[in-house]
Amino acid sequence: MVELSAKSPCAGLLPMTIGSVSVAEVDLGRLTSIAPYKGRATEAADAFKVAHGLAYPAANRATGKDGCRALWFGRDMILLAGPPPDLTLAGTAALTDQSDAWASVTVTGERAEEVLARLVPIDLRAAHFKRGHTARTLIMHMNGAITRVGADSFLILVFRAMAGTLVHDLKQAMEAVAARG
Amino acid sequence: MRLTCPICGERDRREFYYQGDAVALDRPARDADVSAWDDYVHLRDNPSGLRRELWHHEAGCGSWLVVDRNTSTHEVHAVALVEAQG
Repeated sequence: MVELSAKSPCAGLLPMTIGSVSVAEVDLGRLTSIAPYKGRATEAADAFKVAHGLAYPAANRATGKDGCRALWFGRDMILLAGPPPDLTLAGTAALTDQSDAWASVTVTGERAEEVLARLVPIDLRAAHFKRGHTARTLIMHMNGAITRVGADSFLILVFRAMAGTLVHDLKQAMEAVAARG
Repeated sequence: MRLTCPICGERDRREFYYQGDAVALDRPARDADVSAWDDYVHLRDNPSGLRRELWHHEAGCGSWLVVDRNTSTHEVHAVALVEAQG
């Protein structure tokens, strides 16, 4: 009998630390996109709050904390990261399991903002992009989702197949930032 | 060039995909004659100046946007959701 074991998207690539910035893979648990049906957004948001005990995030915002997080994930869609979705939500929104579709990493360190400034075309400095803010944007040439999860920590999601590219791009930016001393 | 997405805020041009003239929003009626469909599908003017265009916020929220833009001066006058066009 062949023994198969699951590999995480960034297996063999992470963790990595260069200078004062570290990148680590995180296991967010179950990932479920929740896309309210047309005209039922308010209903879905209320049902979500009752079922999962955290606020339905507005555009460009995230709610919850490690272990149970909700990220705004694009037009009329959020991503629940952590617990399996409460199936009562299925009446008002389309629920899609995306657990194996995304590579998730955290970029942490006092110069994390400088590293991401080299890759991301939006202002991620704390004055603009506070804890609880999230954005769908680019990381180099990849579409992804970036969320500030701490004073010097960001959560980044990209398509699973792009895990190697993400690590490569982060490594180059981290080396460039570190080289400036 | 930057566009202010009504959902995401001001973003860099790299996040957007340019579709073309907003003529796609003015689809002829099903029973319109051949010349109307020919015009809709194939015939385009190529003026400079104020244009009404369709852009897709591909690397952001995924919305289709109507952008009023001046191709002579590069001014962006308005960005709105296609949905809001009624």
